[in-house]
Amino acid sequence: MDLYEYQGKQYFARYGIPTSAGGVADTVDEAVAQADAAGYPVVVKAQVKVGGRGKAGGIKLANDADGVRTHAAAILGMDIHGHVVQRLWVEHASDIAREYYASFTLDRAAKLHLCMVSAKGGVEIEEVAATDPDAIAKLHIDPVDGLSVAAAAPLVAEAGLDDEARAPAAELLVALYRCYVEGDCDLAEINPLILTTDGRVHALDAKVTLDDNAAFRHPEWEEFAGTNTTDERELLAKEKGLNYIGLSGSVGIIANGAGLAMSTLDVVTQAGGSAANFLDIGGGANADVMAAALEVINTDEAVRSIFVNIFGGITRCDEVANGIVEALGRVDLRSPIVLRLDGTNAEAGHAILAPHISDRLVVDETMLGAARRAVALAGGDT
Amino acid sequence: MSIFVDENTKVIVQGLTGSQGRFHGLRNRDYGTQVVAGVTPGKGGTDVDGVPVYDSVGDAVRATGADASFVVVPPKGASAAILEAAEAGVSFIVCITEGIPAQDEALFFNILRRDHPGVRLLGPNCPGVISPGKCNIGITSGDIALPGGPVGIVSRSGTLTYQALHELSQQKVGQTTCVGIGGDPVPGTSFIDCLAAFEEDSDTRAVMMIGEIGGSAEEEAAQFIKDNMSKPVVCYIAGVTAPPGRKMGHAGAIISGSQGTAQAKMAALAEAGATVALNPTEAGERMVEIVKALD
Repeated sequence: MDLYEYQGKQYFARYGIPTSAGGVADTVDEAVAQADAAGYPVVVKAQVKVGGRGKAGGIKLANDADGVRTHAAAILGMDIHGHVVQRLWVEHASDIAREYYASFTLDRAAKLHLCMVSAKGGVEIEEVAATDPDAIAKLHIDPVDGLSVAAAAPLVAEAGLDDEARAPAAELLVALYRCYVEGDCDLAEINPLILTTDGRVHALDAKVTLDDNAAFRHPEWEEFAGTNTTDERELLAKEKGLNYIGLSGSVGIIANGAGLAMSTLDVVTQAGGSAANFLDIGGGANADVMAAALEVINTDEAVRSIFVNIFGGITRCDEVANGIVEALGRVDLRSPIVLRLDGTNAEAGHAILAPHISDRLVVDETMLGAARRAVALAGGDT
Repeated sequence: MSIFVDENTKVIVQGLTGSQGRFHGLRNRDYGTQVVAGVTPGKGGTDVDGVPVYDSVGDAVRATGADASFVVVPPKGASAAILEAAEAGVSFIVCITEGIPAQDEALFFNILRRDHPGVRLLGPNCPGVISPGKCNIGITSGDIALPGGPVGIVSRSGTLTYQALHELSQQKVGQTTCVGIGGDPVPGTSFIDCLAAFEEDSDTRAVMMIGEIGGSAEEEAAQFIKDNMSKPVVCYIAGVTAPPGRKMGHAGAIISGSQGTAQAKMAALAEAGATVALNPTEAGERMVEIVKALD
């Protein structure tokens, strides 16, 4: 789950990472109130989960309440690369001496945590990595050892941070590491991390991605819940707890397992069709999940056929079959289903489905064969 | 021969008394696997369909001489279960649990690497391992596998592992061992670990590798194939048509920019000399041709 900047900063604050005084505003009046509280001058920042908001006019400096009114009115409702601004973060403007970069993430290849620090902050780090890779200092951290100030100190020196910034930056890195580990982040990134003219180091931005798998031990994440999508199909799927991504084709896809679901998209494309969605019903999917999946796909008016591709492992084919039968009774499906069912309890599954086979529920023995039939039923290449 | 497990492997099931543990543990036993014990704290002294249950892995290992463990416990308890197995002297641990936090995975992987270098962890979030006719640990339906070799399978995706087995078995091409390494951020066993083991295994004469978008594991495997594999490798990478920038289920299946795309992985594997197929069926067909040419 990606956090908005203001959520990231609030998350940072829990772990003692210094940020600027500020607050959230959904209206112009609220923005003025937050600015009054933070102290002028202030920065009014659009809260969107997309890069490049500064260039798009989503970040403005205001010296007084009138300035805040003007900028807040302009930014609220603004469309930034397809994301409509509904919320602002208003914070006290910092006197910036230098801009740095700091982040923690997992290096999958090394199977260790990776800390990256650079004196070249405030610009896209991918660009720094491409044009001046030596400007990024890297440190692998074994989670068994963790990160100490003593280990962080040489890193900030290697990164070329200014002398006066090094000690506070090393301490901030240790706090950020704790946020990353104990806070179960996939990514904790500060860009820019600033040195102020009065010698303090703090986070001017916050990019935090939380690990959804850790939600069970973070009740405080409830407040971050919500969704980034406005796709009605995706909203409905989320409500039903399904892993669904809307696409633009005419063949509805239901498969178990992300790999098989992706592969199903691949074969539908190779058969000359196009997928209407990606939908992974996961391992252990039961009748309710299957019925819910069919209901979601049924709301998509572009769908002309539904390809259900199941290879049972932990998922049991008899339960999938029950789900399909239940859904047929519960939902008035607009499109025919082409089903491919193999694996755990497949025979029992086919037996359950046998009385229901018709031109609305077709079974094909192979994945490629089923893909071709689903594409044909959808009217070929659409 | 087979890799990692064989007919002598003695398996305990951590979580045997749960519904998933019972279902899959007993299925593994019915397949012929030596499932010698279950472990559930507080339920020692009971049994599940004749399989004795112990309170701890240590007790189970002392009583049965088990050398492998099948971990079927919820995400909250998986980390402790894996470390308990390693500390009790189990040398091969299969964890199928889905939804373990990445921080936990990174931590227990590095504890194992440092304190238990002789222990192999397979998974988490994987379908397990099957040596057809000998041993099946995990959630793979045994009847889709065909004993006798000569193909070794390694796959990052659960259901595509079954698909790969199915494609070969349908064509009467047997498997030595099929390993599902799982799609989580920190898999205990990598493509390279399996490729190296298959290269060493005298009965394995060709390898099928199933990858997916995201990360760089397939690119690393490509380099290994180029440098170290004498046996033919057939690959399929799922997600050729996945829209960029979207996370499709697995933590592993994330595409960002050009890195980690199916196209990049397929190019790297082709460049390394592997045969690259566009779907699982085609991968099966290419493998059948290769196996026929071996004789």
